[in-house]
Amino acid sequence: MLVLGIETSCDETAVGIVEDRFHLRANVIASQVELHAPYGGVVPEVAARAHLDALLPAVDTALVHAGVGLTDIDAVAVTAGPGLVGALLVGVSAAKGLALAHDLPLLGVNHLRAHVEVAQLEHGELEPPLVALVVSGGHTSIVVMDDDGVFRELGGTIDDAAGEAFDKIARYLGLPFPGGPEIDRLAREGNRDAFHFPRALLNDGTYRLSLSGLKTAVIRELRRLEAAGEEIVLADVAASFQEAIVDVQVTKTLRAAAEQGLDQVVLAGGVAANSRLRERFAAETEANGQRLLVPSIPLCTDNGAMVAASGANLLAVGRTAGLGLAVDPNLPLAG
Amino acid sequence: MSSRSTLTLTTTSAEDTKAAAAAIASVLRAGDVVALSGGLGAGKTCFVQGAADRLGVRSPVTSPTFVLVKLLPAPVPVVHVDVYRLERLGHLDDLGEDVFAPDVVTFVEWADTMRPLLPDDRLEVVLAQGEDRADPELRRLTLHAHGPRWAPRIEALEQVCQPWR
Repeated sequence: MLVLGIETSCDETAVGIVEDRFHLRANVIASQVELHAPYGGVVPEVAARAHLDALLPAVDTALVHAGVGLTDIDAVAVTAGPGLVGALLVGVSAAKGLALAHDLPLLGVNHLRAHVEVAQLEHGELEPPLVALVVSGGHTSIVVMDDDGVFRELGGTIDDAAGEAFDKIARYLGLPFPGGPEIDRLAREGNRDAFHFPRALLNDGTYRLSLSGLKTAVIRELRRLEAAGEEIVLADVAASFQEAIVDVQVTKTLRAAAEQGLDQVVLAGGVAANSRLRERFAAETEANGQRLLVPSIPLCTDNGAMVAASGANLLAVGRTAGLGLAVDPNLPLAG
Repeated sequence: MSSRSTLTLTTTSAEDTKAAAAAIASVLRAGDVVALSGGLGAGKTCFVQGAADRLGVRSPVTSPTFVLVKLLPAPVPVVHVDVYRLERLGHLDDLGEDVFAPDVVTFVEWADTMRPLLPDDRLEVVLAQGEDRADPELRRLTLHAHGPRWAPRIEALEQVCQPWR
Protein backbone atom coordinates (compact mmCIF):
# COMPACT_ATOMS: atom_id res chain seq x y z
CA MET A 1 0.00 0.00 0.00
CA LEU A 2 1.42 3.36 -1.04
CA VAL A 3 0.14 6.50 0.65
CA LEU A 4 1.02 9.92 -0.71
CA GLY A 5 1.08 12.69 1.91
CA ILE A 6 0.70 16.41 1.27
CA GLU A 7 1.77 19.04 3.79
CA THR A 8 1.08 22.75 3.25
CA SER A 9 0.16 23.99 6.73
CA CYS A 10 2.79 26.73 6.93
CA ASP A 11 5.87 27.68 4.93
CA GLU A 12 6.94 24.34 3.47
CA THR A 13 5.32 22.67 0.50
CA ALA A 14 6.05 19.02 1.14
CA VAL A 15 5.09 15.68 -0.35
CA GLY A 16 6.01 12.27 0.99
CA ILE A 17 5.31 8.70 0.00
CA VAL A 18 5.17 5.88 2.53
CA GLU A 19 4.79 2.19 1.76
CA ASP A 20 3.00 -0.19 4.12
CA ARG A 21 2.98 2.33 6.98
CA PHE A 22 6.68 2.03 7.88
CA HIS A 23 8.76 2.43 4.76
CA LEU A 24 9.80 5.85 3.57
CA ARG A 25 9.81 5.97 -0.22
CA ALA A 26 10.01 9.72 -0.86
CA ASN A 27 10.21 12.94 1.11
CA VAL A 28 10.30 16.09 -1.01
CA ILE A 29 10.32 19.55 0.52
CA ALA A 30 10.00 22.69 -1.56
CA SER A 31 10.98 25.12 1.18
CA GLN A 32 9.61 28.63 1.12
CA VAL A 33 12.25 29.85 3.53
CA GLU A 34 14.14 31.71 0.82
CA LEU A 35 10.95 33.21 -0.45
CA HIS A 36 9.94 34.60 2.95
CA ALA A 37 13.40 35.45 4.26
CA PRO A 38 13.50 38.95 2.73
CA TYR A 39 10.28 39.75 4.64
CA GLY A 40 11.54 38.36 7.97
CA GLY A 41 8.41 36.28 8.27
CA VAL A 42 5.60 34.56 6.47
CA VAL A 43 3.44 36.50 4.04
CA PRO A 44 0.14 34.62 3.78
CA GLU A 45 -0.73 35.39 0.18
CA VAL A 46 2.86 34.64 -0.83
CA ALA A 47 2.68 31.35 1.09
CA ALA A 48 -0.60 30.27 -0.48
CA ARG A 49 0.51 31.20 -3.98
CA ALA A 50 3.87 29.52 -3.50
CA HIS A 51 2.16 26.33 -2.29
CA LEU A 52 0.01 26.46 -5.40
CA ASP A 53 3.05 26.79 -7.66
CA ALA A 54 5.20 24.25 -5.84
CA LEU A 55 2.74 21.52 -4.99
CA LEU A 56 2.20 19.65 -8.23
CA PRO A 57 5.91 19.70 -9.16
CA ALA A 58 6.62 18.37 -5.64
CA VAL A 59 4.12 15.56 -6.20
CA ASP A 60 5.84 14.70 -9.49
CA THR A 61 9.28 14.76 -7.87
CA ALA A 62 8.11 12.54 -5.01
CA LEU A 63 6.73 10.02 -7.50
CA VAL A 64 10.04 10.03 -9.37
CA HIS A 65 12.00 9.56 -6.14
CA ALA A 66 9.78 6.64 -5.16
CA GLY A 67 10.00 5.22 -8.68
CA VAL A 68 6.25 4.94 -9.00
CA GLY A 69 3.45 6.55 -10.95
CA LEU A 70 0.26 8.17 -9.71
CA THR A 71 -1.60 5.03 -10.71
CA ASP A 72 0.42 3.05 -8.15
CA ILE A 73 -0.73 5.28 -5.26
CA ASP A 74 -3.40 3.72 -3.02
CA ALA A 75 -4.50 6.72 -0.98
CA VAL A 76 -3.93 10.47 -0.60
CA ALA A 77 -3.32 11.97 2.84
CA VAL A 78 -3.27 15.69 3.56
CA THR A 79 -2.79 17.96 6.57
CA ALA A 80 -6.23 19.33 7.51
CA GLY A 81 -4.93 21.42 10.44
CA PRO A 82 -3.69 23.15 12.43
CA GLY A 83 -2.00 25.82 10.34
CA LEU A 84 -2.63 28.87 8.22
CA VAL A 85 -6.07 28.69 6.69
CA GLY A 86 -5.10 29.75 3.15
CA ALA A 87 -2.06 27.48 3.10
CA LEU A 88 -4.05 24.48 4.37
CA LEU A 89 -6.71 25.05 1.73
CA VAL A 90 -4.20 24.72 -1.10
CA GLY A 91 -3.08 21.30 0.12
CA VAL A 92 -6.55 20.01 0.91
CA SER A 93 -7.96 21.17 -2.43
CA ALA A 94 -5.11 19.54 -4.33
CA ALA A 95 -5.53 16.30 -2.35
CA LYS A 96 -9.24 16.26 -3.09
CA GLY A 97 -8.50 16.76 -6.77
CA LEU A 98 -6.06 13.85 -6.82
CA ALA A 99 -8.41 11.62 -4.84
CA LEU A 100 -11.32 12.42 -7.13
CA ALA A 101 -9.39 12.11 -10.38
CA HIS A 102 -7.81 8.79 -9.45
CA ASP A 103 -10.67 7.45 -7.35
CA LEU A 104 -8.54 7.13 -4.22
CA PRO A 105 -9.43 7.27 -0.54
CA LEU A 106 -8.74 10.67 1.09
CA LEU A 107 -7.21 10.90 4.56
CA GLY A 108 -7.39 14.04 6.72
CA VAL A 109 -4.31 14.25 8.91
CA ASN A 110 -3.67 16.17 12.12
CA HIS A 111 -0.33 17.91 11.63
CA LEU A 112 0.67 17.59 15.30
CA ARG A 113 -0.22 13.92 15.54
CA ALA A 114 1.76 13.33 12.36
CA HIS A 115 4.85 14.91 13.97
CA VAL A 116 4.68 12.14 16.61
CA GLU A 117 3.68 9.27 14.33
CA VAL A 118 6.50 9.91 11.87
CA ALA A 119 8.76 8.22 14.43
CA GLN A 120 7.38 4.89 13.13
CA LEU A 121 9.37 5.33 9.91
CA GLU A 122 12.67 5.02 11.78
CA HIS A 123 11.73 3.24 15.00
CA GLY A 124 9.00 0.87 13.84
CA GLU A 125 5.47 0.56 15.20
CA LEU A 126 4.91 2.91 18.14
CA GLU A 127 3.97 0.96 21.23
CA PRO A 128 1.89 3.24 23.40
CA PRO A 129 1.52 4.29 26.14
CA LEU A 130 4.21 6.90 25.70
CA VAL A 131 4.89 10.53 26.45
CA ALA A 132 5.60 12.97 23.65
CA LEU A 133 6.86 16.52 23.60
CA VAL A 134 5.49 18.22 20.50
CA VAL A 135 7.47 21.37 20.03
CA SER A 136 7.39 23.69 17.04
CA GLY A 137 6.82 27.27 15.99
CA GLY A 138 3.21 27.18 17.06
CA HIS A 139 3.09 24.43 19.65
CA THR A 140 4.69 23.28 22.84
CA SER A 141 2.67 20.44 24.33
CA ILE A 142 3.39 17.49 26.56
CA VAL A 143 1.02 14.70 25.60
CA VAL A 144 0.39 11.08 26.41
CA MET A 145 -0.44 8.64 23.65
CA ASP A 146 -2.56 6.04 25.45
CA ASP A 147 -2.73 2.29 24.75
CA ASP A 148 -5.54 2.86 22.26
CA GLY A 149 -3.53 5.46 20.32
CA VAL A 150 -5.65 8.34 21.62
CA PHE A 151 -3.74 11.50 22.52
CA ARG A 152 -4.30 13.23 25.84
CA GLU A 153 -2.70 16.57 26.60
CA LEU A 154 -0.99 16.79 29.98
CA GLY A 155 0.05 20.39 29.59
CA GLY A 156 1.78 22.87 27.41
CA THR A 157 2.76 26.46 27.03
CA ILE A 158 0.44 29.03 28.56
CA ASP A 159 1.85 31.79 26.38
CA ASP A 160 4.56 31.47 23.69
CA ALA A 161 5.55 28.29 21.86
CA ALA A 162 9.23 27.35 22.02
CA GLY A 163 9.85 27.84 18.30
CA GLU A 164 8.20 31.22 18.49
CA ALA A 165 10.47 32.23 21.39
CA PHE A 166 13.50 31.14 19.33
CA ASP A 167 12.31 33.14 16.32
CA LYS A 168 11.45 36.26 18.28
CA ILE A 169 14.72 36.38 20.20
CA ALA A 170 16.64 35.64 16.99
CA ARG A 171 14.97 38.53 15.24
CA TYR A 172 15.67 40.74 18.26
CA LEU A 173 19.34 39.75 18.08
CA GLY A 174 19.35 40.64 14.39
CA LEU A 175 19.84 37.05 13.22
CA PRO A 176 18.43 35.95 9.85
CA PHE A 177 15.08 34.18 9.41
CA PRO A 178 14.30 31.45 10.39
CA GLY A 179 15.81 32.13 13.77
CA GLY A 180 15.77 28.73 15.47
CA PRO A 181 18.66 27.16 13.52
CA GLU A 182 20.63 30.43 13.80
CA ILE A 183 20.39 30.44 17.61
CA ASP A 184 21.36 26.76 17.66
CA ARG A 185 24.43 27.45 15.53
CA LEU A 186 25.47 30.56 17.48
CA ALA A 187 24.89 28.86 20.84
CA ARG A 188 27.55 26.26 20.05
CA GLU A 189 30.19 28.98 20.32
CA GLY A 190 28.73 30.48 23.47
CA ASN A 191 28.78 29.94 27.21
CA ARG A 192 25.40 28.69 28.39
CA ASP A 193 26.16 29.74 31.97
CA ALA A 194 26.99 33.32 31.01
CA PHE A 195 23.50 34.49 31.96
CA HIS A 196 20.97 32.85 34.19
CA PHE A 197 17.65 33.44 32.49
CA PRO A 198 14.44 32.42 34.29
CA ARG A 199 12.97 28.91 34.06
CA ALA A 200 9.34 29.79 34.69
CA LEU A 201 7.04 27.24 36.36
CA LEU A 202 9.91 24.73 36.53
CA ASN A 203 8.80 23.35 39.88
CA ASP A 204 5.16 24.38 40.04
CA GLY A 205 3.90 20.80 40.10
CA THR A 206 2.08 21.11 36.76
CA TYR A 207 2.94 20.31 33.14
CA ARG A 208 2.43 23.92 32.12
CA LEU A 209 5.26 25.89 30.53
CA SER A 210 5.66 29.64 30.19
CA LEU A 211 8.21 31.20 27.85
CA SER A 212 6.96 34.76 27.58
CA GLY A 213 8.79 35.91 30.73
CA LEU A 214 12.02 34.38 29.43
CA LYS A 215 11.73 36.42 26.24
CA THR A 216 11.15 39.59 28.27
CA ALA A 217 14.10 38.77 30.57
CA VAL A 218 16.48 38.33 27.62
CA ILE A 219 15.41 41.66 26.13
CA ARG A 220 15.73 43.39 29.50
CA GLU A 221 19.24 42.01 29.97
CA LEU A 222 20.30 43.15 26.49
CA ARG A 223 18.97 46.62 27.16
CA ARG A 224 20.77 46.75 30.50
CA LEU A 225 24.08 45.77 28.90
CA GLU A 226 23.56 48.27 26.13
CA ALA A 227 22.79 51.09 28.57
CA ALA A 228 25.83 50.16 30.66
CA GLY A 229 27.96 50.24 27.53
CA GLU A 230 29.06 46.67 28.08
CA GLU A 231 30.04 44.39 25.26
CA ILE A 232 27.29 41.96 24.26
CA VAL A 233 28.55 38.51 23.30
CA LEU A 234 25.66 37.27 21.17
CA ALA A 235 26.86 33.67 21.33
CA ASP A 236 26.64 33.77 25.14
CA VAL A 237 23.15 35.26 25.03
CA ALA A 238 22.05 32.61 22.50
CA ALA A 239 23.58 29.75 24.49
CA SER A 240 22.12 30.90 27.82
CA PHE A 241 18.70 31.58 26.32
CA GLN A 242 18.64 28.22 24.53
CA GLU A 243 19.67 26.43 27.72
CA ALA A 244 16.77 27.98 29.64
CA ILE A 245 14.25 26.80 27.02
CA VAL A 246 15.82 23.36 26.80
CA ASP A 247 15.98 22.99 30.59
CA VAL A 248 12.28 23.57 31.06
CA GLN A 249 11.25 21.25 28.26
CA VAL A 250 13.52 18.38 29.23
CA THR A 251 12.66 18.67 32.92
CA LYS A 252 8.91 18.88 32.47
CA THR A 253 8.68 16.16 29.82
CA LEU A 254 10.81 13.64 31.67
CA ARG A 255 9.04 14.42 34.93
CA ALA A 256 5.74 13.78 33.14
CA ALA A 257 7.04 10.44 31.91
CA ALA A 258 8.18 9.45 35.41
CA GLU A 259 4.96 10.57 37.08
CA GLN A 260 2.80 8.82 34.49
CA GLY A 261 4.90 5.68 34.88
CA LEU A 262 5.87 5.70 31.19
CA ASP A 263 9.34 4.79 29.95
CA GLN A 264 9.05 5.82 26.30
CA VAL A 265 9.50 9.40 25.20
CA VAL A 266 8.96 10.81 21.72
CA LEU A 267 10.55 14.14 20.82
CA ALA A 268 8.60 15.64 17.93
CA GLY A 269 8.15 18.79 15.85
CA GLY A 270 10.39 21.33 14.19
CA VAL A 271 12.16 22.43 17.37
CA ALA A 272 13.14 18.78 17.92
CA ALA A 273 15.79 19.57 15.29
CA ASN A 274 17.56 21.74 17.90
CA SER A 275 20.89 20.07 18.63
CA ARG A 276 21.03 20.97 22.31
CA LEU A 277 17.47 19.72 22.94
CA ARG A 278 18.33 16.40 21.25
CA GLU A 279 21.59 16.13 23.19
CA ARG A 280 19.97 16.77 26.57
CA PHE A 281 17.04 14.43 25.88
CA ALA A 282 19.42 11.68 24.76
CA ALA A 283 21.65 12.01 27.82
CA GLU A 284 18.87 12.21 30.38
CA THR A 285 16.63 9.48 28.99
CA GLU A 286 19.66 7.22 28.88
CA ALA A 287 20.49 8.04 32.51
CA ASN A 288 16.87 7.35 33.48
CA GLY A 289 16.68 4.11 31.54
CA GLN A 290 13.93 5.53 29.30
CA ARG A 291 13.59 4.82 25.59
CA LEU A 292 13.89 7.95 23.44
CA LEU A 293 12.32 8.04 20.00
CA VAL A 294 13.45 11.04 18.02
CA PRO A 295 13.11 11.32 14.27
CA SER A 296 16.09 12.33 12.15
CA ILE A 297 16.14 16.06 11.43
CA PRO A 298 14.48 15.98 7.97
CA LEU A 299 11.55 14.17 9.59
CA CYS A 300 11.33 16.61 12.54
CA THR A 301 10.75 19.76 10.55
CA ASP A 302 7.52 19.92 8.55
CA ASN A 303 7.50 17.22 5.88
CA GLY A 304 5.21 15.16 3.71
CA ALA A 305 6.42 11.76 4.92
CA MET A 306 4.88 12.38 8.33
CA VAL A 307 1.54 13.11 6.70
CA ALA A 308 1.80 9.96 4.60
CA ALA A 309 2.70 7.89 7.69
CA SER A 310 -0.13 9.29 9.80
CA GLY A 311 -2.50 8.90 6.84
CA ALA A 312 -1.41 5.28 6.40
CA ASN A 313 -2.35 4.68 10.05
CA LEU A 314 -5.79 6.18 9.45
CA LEU A 315 -6.23 4.06 6.34
CA ALA A 316 -5.29 0.92 8.27
CA VAL A 317 -8.21 1.49 10.66
CA GLY A 318 -10.58 2.63 7.91
CA ARG A 319 -10.77 6.25 9.00
CA THR A 320 -11.01 7.84 5.57
CA ALA A 321 -12.38 11.33 4.99
CA GLY A 322 -14.98 12.30 2.44
CA LEU A 323 -14.47 14.88 -0.28
CA GLY A 324 -16.14 17.29 2.14
CA LEU A 325 -12.96 17.29 4.25
CA ALA A 326 -12.66 20.73 5.85
CA VAL A 327 -9.55 22.53 7.04
CA ASP A 328 -9.35 23.47 10.72
CA PRO A 329 -6.66 26.11 11.48
CA ASN A 330 -7.05 25.45 15.24
CA LEU A 331 -7.32 21.64 15.15
CA PRO A 332 -6.32 20.36 18.62
CA LEU A 333 -3.88 17.52 19.18
CA ALA A 334 -5.94 15.74 21.80
CA GLY A 335 -8.35 13.01 20.66
CA MET B 1 -9.07 62.93 17.41
CA SER B 2 -9.79 65.00 20.49
CA SER B 3 -7.30 64.95 23.34
CA ARG B 4 -10.13 63.69 25.51
CA SER B 5 -9.99 60.34 23.79
CA THR B 6 -6.39 59.73 24.83
CA LEU B 7 -5.64 58.13 28.18
CA THR B 8 -2.30 57.25 29.71
CA LEU B 9 -2.12 54.46 32.29
CA THR B 10 0.73 53.03 34.29
CA THR B 11 0.87 49.41 35.42
CA THR B 12 3.41 47.98 37.83
CA SER B 13 3.55 44.29 36.90
CA ALA B 14 2.27 41.72 34.43
CA GLU B 15 -0.60 40.98 36.83
CA ASP B 16 -1.38 44.69 37.03
CA THR B 17 -1.45 44.94 33.23
CA LYS B 18 -3.93 42.05 33.20
CA ALA B 19 -6.07 43.83 35.81
CA ALA B 20 -6.09 47.07 33.79
CA ALA B 21 -6.98 45.08 30.65
CA ALA B 22 -9.83 43.39 32.55
CA ALA B 23 -11.15 46.79 33.62
CA ILE B 24 -11.02 48.04 30.02
CA ALA B 25 -12.73 44.84 28.87
CA SER B 26 -15.70 45.71 31.08
CA VAL B 27 -16.65 48.44 28.59
CA LEU B 28 -16.06 46.29 25.48
CA ARG B 29 -18.95 44.90 23.48
CA ALA B 30 -19.54 42.76 20.41
CA GLY B 31 -18.02 44.28 17.29
CA ASP B 32 -15.24 46.13 19.10
CA VAL B 33 -11.67 46.05 17.84
CA VAL B 34 -8.70 46.56 20.15
CA ALA B 35 -5.47 47.28 18.26
CA LEU B 36 -2.36 46.59 20.34
CA SER B 37 1.14 47.75 19.57
CA GLY B 38 4.42 47.87 21.45
CA GLY B 39 7.76 46.07 21.28
CA LEU B 40 8.67 42.49 22.10
CA GLY B 41 7.93 41.77 25.75
CA ALA B 42 5.88 44.95 26.23
CA GLY B 43 2.88 42.95 27.47
CA LYS B 44 0.50 42.68 24.51
CA THR B 45 -0.39 39.02 25.04
CA CYS B 46 -0.61 39.72 28.76
CA PHE B 47 -3.17 42.45 28.02
CA VAL B 48 -5.25 40.09 25.90
CA GLN B 49 -5.09 37.43 28.64
CA GLY B 50 -6.51 39.85 31.22
CA ALA B 51 -9.20 41.16 28.89
CA ALA B 52 -10.19 37.71 27.62
CA ASP B 53 -10.56 36.44 31.17
CA ARG B 54 -12.93 39.29 31.95
CA LEU B 55 -14.90 38.53 28.77
CA GLY B 56 -15.43 34.98 30.01
CA VAL B 57 -12.83 33.10 27.99
CA ARG B 58 -11.97 29.94 29.93
CA SER B 59 -9.49 28.30 27.55
CA PRO B 60 -5.82 29.29 27.84
CA VAL B 61 -4.92 32.40 25.86
CA THR B 62 -1.67 31.38 24.18
CA SER B 63 0.17 33.39 21.58
CA PRO B 64 -1.44 33.15 18.12
CA THR B 65 1.84 34.12 16.42
CA PHE B 66 2.03 30.86 14.45
CA VAL B 67 -1.57 30.45 13.30
CA LEU B 68 -2.16 34.22 13.10
CA VAL B 69 -5.72 33.96 14.44
CA LYS B 70 -7.31 32.14 17.35
CA LEU B 71 -11.04 32.09 18.08
CA LEU B 72 -11.69 31.85 21.82
CA PRO B 73 -15.18 30.74 22.87
CA ALA B 74 -16.96 33.07 25.34
CA PRO B 75 -20.43 34.67 25.73
CA VAL B 76 -19.13 37.22 23.21
CA PRO B 77 -16.38 35.24 21.47
CA VAL B 78 -12.90 36.69 21.37
CA VAL B 79 -10.82 36.71 18.21
CA HIS B 80 -7.11 36.98 18.97
CA VAL B 81 -4.99 38.07 16.00
CA ASP B 82 -1.20 38.31 15.95
CA VAL B 83 0.45 39.55 12.79
CA TYR B 84 4.02 39.50 14.13
CA ARG B 85 5.17 37.03 11.47
CA LEU B 86 3.68 39.02 8.66
CA GLU B 87 5.87 41.58 7.09
CA ARG B 88 2.86 42.77 5.18
CA LEU B 89 -0.73 41.81 4.76
CA GLY B 90 -2.53 42.36 1.50
CA HIS B 91 -5.99 41.10 2.25
CA LEU B 92 -8.07 40.59 5.34
CA ASP B 93 -9.25 37.34 3.73
CA ASP B 94 -5.87 35.89 4.66
CA LEU B 95 -6.89 35.99 8.29
CA GLY B 96 -10.27 34.27 7.91
CA GLU B 97 -13.82 35.50 8.30
CA ASP B 98 -13.94 35.91 12.11
CA VAL B 99 -11.59 38.87 12.23
CA PHE B 100 -13.50 42.14 12.86
CA ALA B 101 -16.83 40.28 12.75
CA PRO B 102 -19.75 42.16 14.38
CA ASP B 103 -20.49 39.39 16.88
CA VAL B 104 -17.00 39.07 18.37
CA VAL B 105 -14.43 41.25 20.12
CA THR B 106 -11.21 41.31 18.09
CA PHE B 107 -7.77 41.93 19.61
CA VAL B 108 -4.91 42.54 17.18
CA GLU B 109 -1.29 42.26 18.30
CA TRP B 110 1.37 44.08 16.24
CA ALA B 111 -1.48 46.13 14.79
CA ASP B 112 0.99 48.49 13.09
CA THR B 113 1.64 45.81 10.47
CA MET B 114 -1.95 45.96 9.25
CA ARG B 115 -2.78 49.59 10.00
CA PRO B 116 -4.40 50.28 6.58
CA LEU B 117 -6.72 47.33 7.15
CA LEU B 118 -7.86 48.30 10.65
CA PRO B 119 -11.44 49.58 10.95
CA ASP B 120 -11.92 53.30 11.69
CA ASP B 121 -13.73 52.44 14.91
CA ARG B 122 -11.16 50.99 17.26
CA LEU B 123 -9.47 51.25 20.60
CA GLU B 124 -5.72 51.56 20.19
CA VAL B 125 -3.50 50.47 23.03
CA VAL B 126 0.20 51.27 22.83
CA LEU B 127 2.30 49.47 25.44
CA ALA B 128 5.76 50.73 26.31
CA GLN B 129 8.33 49.37 28.69
CA GLY B 130 9.22 51.99 31.26
CA GLU B 131 12.54 53.75 30.87
CA ASP B 132 12.89 53.45 34.64
CA ARG B 133 15.63 50.86 35.02
CA ALA B 134 15.04 50.63 38.74
CA ASP B 135 11.67 49.10 37.96
CA PRO B 136 11.72 47.17 34.68
CA GLU B 137 8.22 45.86 35.38
CA LEU B 138 6.62 49.28 34.83
CA ARG B 139 4.53 49.65 31.68
CA ARG B 140 2.95 52.71 30.15
CA LEU B 141 -0.33 52.08 28.33
CA THR B 142 -1.53 54.80 26.00
CA LEU B 143 -5.15 54.40 24.92
CA HIS B 144 -6.62 56.14 21.89
CA ALA B 145 -10.32 55.64 21.23
CA HIS B 146 -11.15 56.19 17.57
CA GLY B 147 -14.46 56.67 15.85
CA PRO B 148 -18.15 57.13 16.58
CA ARG B 149 -18.55 53.72 18.26
CA TRP B 150 -16.27 54.92 21.02
CA ALA B 151 -17.44 58.54 21.41
CA PRO B 152 -20.29 57.70 23.82
CA ARG B 153 -18.08 55.38 25.86
CA ILE B 154 -15.10 57.64 26.53
CA GLU B 155 -16.37 58.61 29.97
CA ALA B 156 -16.99 55.02 30.98
CA LEU B 157 -13.52 54.12 29.73
CA GLU B 158 -11.96 56.94 31.77
CA GLN B 159 -13.84 55.77 34.82
CA VAL B 160 -12.74 52.13 34.69
CA CYS B 161 -9.15 53.21 34.03
CA GLN B 162 -9.04 55.59 37.00
CA PRO B 163 -6.92 53.36 39.29
CA TRP B 164 -4.06 53.28 36.75
CA ARG B 165 -4.01 56.97 35.71
